[in-house]
Order: sequence, then structure tokens, then C-alpha cells
Amino acid sequence: MMRIAEALDAFRPLRGDAIVVPGRGGRYWVELSENARLDVPLGDPAMGGHAGFALGLALAQPSRRVVLFDSEGDILMSLGMLTTIAEQAPANFYHVLLDNEVYATTGGQPVPNAKSIAYDKMALAAGYPRAHAFDDIADVAREIGGILQQPGPVFVALKVYPEVENQPIGQRRRWNTRKREEVVAELRADLLRQG
Amino acid sequence: MNDAQAASLSPETVLRQMKDNGVTDIVWLPDSETNWLYLLMKSEPSLRLVGVSREGHACSIAAGLFAGGKKPMILIQNTGMLESGDSIRGWLLGLNVPVVLMVGYRGWTRHGLTTDTAATYTERFLMAFGLNYYLVESDADASRISAAFAEADKTQRPVVVLVGDEFHGFNR
Repeated sequence: MMRIAEALDAFRPLRGDAIVVPGRGGRYWVELSENARLDVPLGDPAMGGHAGFALGLALAQPSRRVVLFDSEGDILMSLGMLTTIAEQAPANFYHVLLDNEVYATTGGQPVPNAKSIAYDKMALAAGYPRAHAFDDIADVAREIGGILQQPGPVFVALKVYPEVENQPIGQRRRWNTRKREEVVAELRADLLRQG
Repeated sequence: MNDAQAASLSPETVLRQMKDNGVTDIVWLPDSETNWLYLLMKSEPSLRLVGVSREGHACSIAAGLFAGGKKPMILIQNTGMLESGDSIRGWLLGLNVPVVLMVGYRGWTRHGLTTDTAATYTERFLMAFGLNYYLVESDADASRISAAFAEADKTQRPVVVLVGDEFHGFNR
């Protein structure tokens, strides 16, 4: 297993001008990112939707890589989304799963059948042309550059430690400095301006 | 042309509205009345079709397309809209996505009596979410689709078009 921040940090120097949807890794990514204008930290608008949102971005911006850091709870809630992504097959889409095996924001209860799911094989079965799985940060650091050179959609499953939050939501530290609707409006304006 | 055909909403009319309003992507899940429209959309080069397997997925995809600079439209049935409540809340209303949802109004009847609970809860659902909506029954109502697009652009909110064609809308 690896820490979420370690996985994000392995990706960070390879980011280039990719749009990053940090999903539930957002609170770590905002500390690491050097290009906030291309980050889409939305927190959790509605569970299960990050992959769809990132797919829409990838389809709208085919000349730019879109990298999503998804969670297994989100994926399990919208498994059918994998088939839509596979059918659309955006070559610029990189779907990274941060699998901590639990619902970390609600106290760490395990997701159903947590230890026995092969998400990379699920992605392949849904039609993704390429999928990888890692549980060691050294392997991620060695392979991630090559993976980002592959045409998408690519699925990368990472086993991460559960970093459980037990404080009531209202008492948690607010890591996002922008409202999520502002994040979307600013990104859209920037992308339209850049053509 | 019989009475049913005269009163129906043709797929050509819907496609024209999509094109006139600059729609780039249709995020959709088929319902029982959209086959002819599907064939037309599929042969229209200016449209990309993004099929989903559950209607709530359409909301996050549409939000991403909008964030990326596109103008998506959602095409689903009222049953799927009912299922999509949290996605409409979080991905459309919460992100100020000005998308038009064209929603097949299963169970709708002009006289108001229906045995289909999908229809019973449709408008109640929209009112609960504060979503404005326009009812379209036939080709004569097509301008309401453009009105919905204009309202979405103006308010930066999702707007719904209910297709209340009891003669099986979108079909020939």
C-alpha cells in the first residue's frame, strides 16, 4: 500500500498541461499542484460522478490529457460508467483509482467485498484497452511516466492506506479555497479563451 | 396523416431544435419512444452521442462537457430523472450547468388521469428541485424547446422540457 499524497507526488512532475480532477485526493493535491488553473477540485458534488465529469472534460478537450483520481466507493456506485468510458474511448483520458477499501469520509467502514475486487480487471472487462494495478509506490514511480505515454483510456488501480476522517463534516478543515461552481466557471472560461 | 400523427412531436423537429440551439453532445439513455430520433441523431455529423447505462450518469458527463466548453443536452425518461435526483442536485444545480434536459413524460395524459406513477411524481419532483419546465406535446410547441435553451443560458441553471406526447412522441 501507499499513501495518497505519495501517489499524487509521483504523478506531479509528469503532469504537464493536463487537466487534473483530483476527486477524493483533492485535499492532498491542492498542496502539491503547481497549476491550480488546470485543477478541478470539486470535493464531492454527488457520489459516483467524478468519472463521468472527467469523461465529459476529456471528450470536450481532446487535445489535452485529463487525469482523474477516483475512489473505489465512487466507482462501485457507478460501475456502468466504465462501459460508457470504454465506448467513447477518449485517447486523452487517464483514470487513476485510489483504492483504500473503505468509505474514509464516513469513518472507515469497508466497501462491499473490499479485499477481493480486481478493479483493473473490471476496467478491462468493461472495454478499457489498458489497465494496471499497483500496491507499491516504488512501482508507481517507475511506471507512471510510461503509462501516461500510452493512449487512453487507461485505468490505473492503486492500493492506498485508508486515511479516515472521523470529525463531523462541519468541523473538518476546509481545503478548497474556491467554490466548486467557481472552479467550473473559471476552467470553462480559460479553456474557451485558449480555443 | 391521421390525428395521432398530426398531434405528434416529430423527430425531425427535435433534431432541428438541437441544431438551431448549437447542441454539440447528446448524453442519453433510450426510452421507449426515442428510436426514430436515435437514428436521426446518429446520422447527424454535428452531434456526438454519449450513451449511459443509468440516467444519473448523464448529469456528471454533461457537467464535464460544459466545463470543457461544449453545449450538451440530456435526453432521458421521467423514470430516470426520478432516479437521478442527487446527480441533478450536485452535478447540475450545484455547478450551475445550463443544460436542457429533454424528458420523456411517461404516463402523461392530456385529461390528467393516469395510472402510471412515473407521471404522478414527475412535476412534483421538478417543483421540489425548483427546476423550471416546459411541456411540449407536438410540433406546434417546438419553440418551447428554444425557450428552454434561452432560459438555461440566461439563468445558468438546468431547464427541463417534458415531452408529453401521448401518441408516442419522437416516432413517425
